[in-house]
Amino acid sequence: MSETVTLAVNGITVEMPAGSMVSAAILKTGAHAFRRSVTGEPRGPLCGMGICFECRVTIDGEQHCRSCQTVCRNGMDVRTDG
Amino acid sequence: MGDARELLVVGAGPAGMAAAWRAAQNGLRVSVVDDNPAAGGQIWRGGPAEATVWFERIRSVDVEMINGARVFQQLRPGTLLAETTSGVCELNYSSVVLATGARERFLPFPGWTLPNVMGAGGLQALVKTGLPIEGKRVVVAGSGPLLLAVAAYLRGRGANVLMIAEQASSMQLARFAVGLFSKRSQALELKRQLKGVPYRSGCWVSEAHGTEKLEGVTLARGRKSWRVACDYLACGFHLVPNVELAELLGCSIESCSVKVDAFQQTTVANVYSAGETTGIGGLELSLVEGEIAGLAAAGKHDAARELFAVRATQRKFADLLNRTFALRDELKSLSTPQTIVCRCEDVTLERLQGHKSWRAAKLQTRCGMGPCQGRVCGSAVEFLFGWRAESVRPPMLPVRISSLIRK
Repeated sequence: MSETVTLAVNGITVEMPAGSMVSAAILKTGAHAFRRSVTGEPRGPLCGMGICFECRVTIDGEQHCRSCQTVCRNGMDVRTDG
Repeated sequence: MGDARELLVVGAGPAGMAAAWRAAQNGLRVSVVDDNPAAGGQIWRGGPAEATVWFERIRSVDVEMINGARVFQQLRPGTLLAETTSGVCELNYSSVVLATGARERFLPFPGWTLPNVMGAGGLQALVKTGLPIEGKRVVVAGSGPLLLAVAAYLRGRGANVLMIAEQASSMQLARFAVGLFSKRSQALELKRQLKGVPYRSGCWVSEAHGTEKLEGVTLARGRKSWRVACDYLACGFHLVPNVELAELLGCSIESCSVKVDAFQQTTVANVYSAGETTGIGGLELSLVEGEIAGLAAAGKHDAARELFAVRATQRKFADLLNRTFALRDELKSLSTPQTIVCRCEDVTLERLQGHKSWRAAKLQTRCGMGPCQGRVCGSAVEFLFGWRAESVRPPMLPVRISSLIRK
C-alpha cells in the first residue's frame, strides 16, 4: 500500500495513502473545523461512519458531501466551511 | 441480474457477509448492498487479518457486492431504492436480510460538540482511513468493550493513550470478567496491548474544554474531578442498533432492537434481520445470526437449527454485556441548560425540558429534524427523557432531489 493520492484541502496540497477518506486528509492538513453549525459553532467529524453528518464539506464544488464516506482521489478540491 | 435476485442483504458487515455466504452456498442469487466503499462493516473496515476467512468465504461464492449505495426508501414491498454517487438503483428481491449493524451511543456533556471530540469507533474509523495519530494524546472514554479495542488499536498506531475512562462500576465489571470465560484469550491479548494505560472504572468525562477545538477534558470519578490536556477525546457509550430500515419496512421493534423469531425472521414475512440490528451482542453472535438468516432464507431450516446452540451461548454473553454496560444515572446530569443536545439544529437542553414527548419537542424545537434525522440525539433524548422515536419516514437519509424524482 505504498500508492498515494494527492488532493487539495483549502488550497493546501496533501498526500494520502490510496484508499484514505477525505475526512482524514482534512485533519492531516491541520484543519479541524469542517463546517459551522446553524448557530456558528465549529464542528468536525463525530461518528466516522456516515451517520452524524458533522463532517460535511464541499468536494469539487458539490456541497454537503460527507467527508468520512468519500475516498480521496487525485486532484480533488476539498473546501471546509469552518 | 436485477429481477433474478432472490435475496438482498442490506449491510456488508459480519452478519451480512455470513448471511450472503450461507444463502449463496445454498443456491440463492444474492446481492449485498452497503453504504461504505468496501465490505467489512465498521469492525472489519480495511479487511483485518482476523477477517480473512470470511472475506475468502464471500469471494468463494457468487455474490454481487453493491458498495457505496445508501438505501433510503422502499419503493414498494420487494423493492428498495439506494442512492449512489452516480444516481439511484432499484433493488428488487424476494427475501431480504437486514444487517444494518449498530452505531455508537453519544451522550451530551458540556463541550462535546468541539472539533476533535469524536466517538470511540469514530476516531478509530478515521485512523483506519488515513488519519495519522502517532504521538497524539488521546483520552478514551464512555462505556463498553469497544473502548478497549479502540484504545489498543490507537496505541498500536502510535497514539499516546492517556487513559480509558469506563462509566460502569468496578463491581459490574468484575461480574463481566467472570462471564468472559469464553473470550478469555481475546481479553488477555487486549490486556497485553494496553499494558501501562490506566483503566478507570466508575469514571467519565464531565466536560470537554477548548474554544475552536478540543484542548483538554475534565474527568470525574466519585467525588474527585481533575483536568487532563489532550488532542483527541474518543468517547462513546456502548452501541445502539440501527433499526430505521426495519421500521420503514414495518417490522416490530422491541427494546430498541428488531424483533426476530428463531430463524431470524422479523414480524414481516421474508424479511430477516441479523447481527447488532437485533440487539447488541458482538462479532460472534452477529456471524451466527447471519448464518442462520442466510440458511433460513434459502429454506435450509434443519441446517439453521444446528446453529441454535451456538447462538444461545453467544446471546448469554450479549445479555451480560448489556447488563454490565448499562448507563449510570449520574450521566443524565452532565449537561447544563446551555449544552447542545441536537447537534444538527443546535437545540439546547433547556429548550427540550418541559416537553412531554419527542414529537412535541421536535415540533417546537426541531430537535432530531436535521440531516442526521435523530440518529445522534435520538438515543440521547431516550436516555435523558425516556422519549422514543415514533416513526421513520422516507427518505431515511438526506438524498439529492434527483434521487427522489428518479431522473
